[in-house]
Amino acid sequence: MLQEESDLSLIIAQIVQKLKGSNLYSQLERQAWASLQRPEIKLESLKEDIKEFFKISGWEKKLQNAVYSELSVFPLPSHPAAPPEHLKEPLVYMRKAQGSWEKRILKSLNSMCTELSIPLARKRPVGEQKELLNKWNEMGTDEPDLSLFRPVYAPKDFLEVLINLRNPNYENGDSLSFRTHLGLIQVPLKVKDIPELKECFVELGLNIGQLGIDDSTQVPPELFENEHVRIGQKEQDSAAAQQYIRQGSPTALRAELWALILNISSQPEDVLYYEQLKTNVIQHDLLVDSLIYKDVKLTASNDDYYFVFEDYLYQVLLCFSRDTSVLSHFAFNSASPPKSYIRGKLGLEEYAVFYPPNGVIPFHGFSMYVAPLCFLYHEPSKLYQIFREMYVRFFFRLHSISSHPSGIVSLCLLFETLLQTYLPQLFYHLREIGAQPLRISFKWMVRAFSGYLATDQLLLLWDRILGYNSLEILAVLAAAVFAFRAVNLMEVTSLAAAEAVLADLSTLKVMPLLQIFLFATVT
Amino acid sequence: MAGKVKWVTDIEKSVLINNFEKRGWVQVTENEDWNFYWMSVQTIRNVFSVEAGYRLSDDQIVNHFPNHYELTRKDLMVKNIKRYRKELEKEGSPLAEKDENGKYLYLDFVPVTYMLPADYNLFVEEFRKSPSSTWIMKPCGKAQGKGIFLINKLSQIKKWSRDSKTSSFVSQSNKEAYVISLYINNPSLIGGRKFDLRLYVLVSTYRPLRCYMYKLGFCRFCTVKYTPSTSELDNMFVHLTNVAIQKHGEDYNHIHGGKWTVSNLRLYLESTRGKEVTSKLFDEIHWIIVQSLKAVAPVMNNDKHCFECYGYDTIIDDKLKPWLIEVNASPSLTSSTANDRILKYNLINDTLNIAVPNGEIPDCKWNKSPPKEVLGNYEILYDEELAQGDGADRELRSRQGQSLGPRAGRSRDSGRAVLTTWK
Repeated sequence: MLQEESDLSLIIAQIVQKLKGSNLYSQLERQAWASLQRPEIKLESLKEDIKEFFKISGWEKKLQNAVYSELSVFPLPSHPAAPPEHLKEPLVYMRKAQGSWEKRILKSLNSMCTELSIPLARKRPVGEQKELLNKWNEMGTDEPDLSLFRPVYAPKDFLEVLINLRNPNYENGDSLSFRTHLGLIQVPLKVKDIPELKECFVELGLNIGQLGIDDSTQVPPELFENEHVRIGQKEQDSAAAQQYIRQGSPTALRAELWALILNISSQPEDVLYYEQLKTNVIQHDLLVDSLIYKDVKLTASNDDYYFVFEDYLYQVLLCFSRDTSVLSHFAFNSASPPKSYIRGKLGLEEYAVFYPPNGVIPFHGFSMYVAPLCFLYHEPSKLYQIFREMYVRFFFRLHSISSHPSGIVSLCLLFETLLQTYLPQLFYHLREIGAQPLRISFKWMVRAFSGYLATDQLLLLWDRILGYNSLEILAVLAAAVFAFRAVNLMEVTSLAAAEAVLADLSTLKVMPLLQIFLFATVT
Repeated sequence: MAGKVKWVTDIEKSVLINNFEKRGWVQVTENEDWNFYWMSVQTIRNVFSVEAGYRLSDDQIVNHFPNHYELTRKDLMVKNIKRYRKELEKEGSPLAEKDENGKYLYLDFVPVTYMLPADYNLFVEEFRKSPSSTWIMKPCGKAQGKGIFLINKLSQIKKWSRDSKTSSFVSQSNKEAYVISLYINNPSLIGGRKFDLRLYVLVSTYRPLRCYMYKLGFCRFCTVKYTPSTSELDNMFVHLTNVAIQKHGEDYNHIHGGKWTVSNLRLYLESTRGKEVTSKLFDEIHWIIVQSLKAVAPVMNNDKHCFECYGYDTIIDDKLKPWLIEVNASPSLTSSTANDRILKYNLINDTLNIAVPNGEIPDCKWNKSPPKEVLGNYEILYDEELAQGDGADRELRSRQGQSLGPRAGRSRDSGRAVLTTWK
């Protein structure tokens, strides 16, 4: 009891510390000062009166939302003696693996750099700056020669690393038993089984209304949809919105609800910050910019849904690379930002810089994290803020090696375990023909299904990611897709054929699939 | 009813031929006994021309109405709509109500248009009222964006003035008929680009009017960012959305073809603008399609051997108001992408299911009321018989209200999917 209390006060102290530096704090201060003019504020009961004022005027709600936001992101309380690395990743072997993966990526980046004789960063000449500024809204038409650039890595390279992950302290003996995990991931992490998932995702149950199921044309809107929409329209509270969105968000309310849950409100300072990043882009050219260009051209530009938003993607991703505020998320990310040294000062810490400035090196498909958001936000600075928040809360976990339950390693293991436990025949068959299921589903999960599902379905899926503050649903959906196409998959005899069966997910309806898999399959 | 349907076509497109073959129909030539002829617009002209003296028998069906050009020629469409509006005004119909600026409240869906050279002087008068406006010149009889150009100065169309002295080398009768419309220079943009909407509408009979809307229409995007700047008035890649034009652009992409489905558009608009305005927009689009059909219904030769599948082109402006640009009698059956091919194949499939019931030898005397199950991706847009059964004045009453927003009454047969609120 005492431990919990002191943990709690530690967390409170940390959150207060964090919020004190925020814009909200100065706003609250100003409001408090201004409120002194009001007749209902009396000197004798100053504290209570001001608190009451905050409650009525809605400022308390804003503060609540901010605190809730911090809590959502804040890592679980750990032992007071734990060093900061433990906050990033408690398991040593995972940290080591992430470290060597990062070294490889950086090496690849540096060698590309040397091969092409392009500096990692350079200042643009004034003429070029002017040109870029003019072209800011249509960078897609700029056709720089990208043929020599290749993505630093693709999801399948990352998969190979994960497959080779081993816990040196774990020895499971040579004999195969029914407990042996037959999948590709061979690390002992705890993942949920279906009964636990049912508890966790209780709002997706059969007897609870869902958008994505109960708003279809055959169901009269009076049964669920109308009431659900009505409730959503009044929502001002982050925590409540998060609970609400577990049943899906009406399309018209989604943009606002996501902003509320992520605690994004477009203040003038935010717009200014975005403009500042834009200026950085104009003034300096980074090597990663070309990687971003290449990625967009390879993925989003060819996508039936997202090609329209190509230019927005550049506007967001180029700024993202220069945003040093993203560095703060590395405190709880097992990854660390790559360090580069000013020419000639290798090893001297005073001359170390993070490269790229935000510490995130994009990989093949990275731009697809942003693309679906363009359906919701068309104002660049808001789009940017939402993406950044989504990245530091969720997406980073999909490409760093960690033991976190929402980390990609756990998701892979969860997927494989679900398949092996509940669809053993299918799993065994696919394994026998050399088509390990993870080889097919990995790319879906790394991209959070962006580019594979129809946009409206993807948004319903991401609603639940926000609602449950977890990425586990991606693994569950992946397993549900396999379950859905099991009959066809049982008949294939090669990996290529299995890929073909699962090549087109654009007609799938995610909510029925999830519901059936979790709540209607006999286990 | 033995015997397979014998078909002819003079449009060699796989989406057509595959559909005929999959029904087990038999291909014949036009000189033989045929049941179904998918014609080009030139052929229909010949078939129904006075000299040909062609008589279609009861078991023959064609895919065009004899005088479809009343709707599908740009000048005639505008003429018919103008006439229709005046008629409604004369009979005091509430549909023809105008606002304080003299603009029709419910029937203002075609941009101000004049015929050239006939209305040249009228046009000049209008032009002078707002000399900084842009106008778009379109040849009446052409398609695929051919011959279209934008003007913002009278000198650019001197050739079409009726008593122009400079055109002495071209006789009056050789001057090609053009229409000139006020250019919508504030189109709704997505990703900074202009787009238009292509919707397919099947008409099985004009009197009573029965028409179906294909659920899977699409948007066509320009490959270049939109700018109303006068320096780019000549850049057709900015202004004209026709695929025939855009596919020659540098940035044309063959994978998606610059097309979006209508459901994407709906999702985007609902997410960024809200559900009410989006529903209102789509309601209005359905409204203007039906009104355009009603406008030509009285002059249309409602030959019972005919049905027609039109390609409706609409542009949405930045206030989310739809404008009818034109109607195509022969919408392109060329496929620019894989998805396109699938869409057009299904379009023809569903069209044939409605026009030639059960895929059997047709009898043009049938009541043209297909059962709901064969509609496929079509939805009933307007059925005059059904509407009249409900009471024709209900339509007027609900229009008289404010906007198209509130759902006046649900269509009886489609449980939930209501295409219009004013049946």
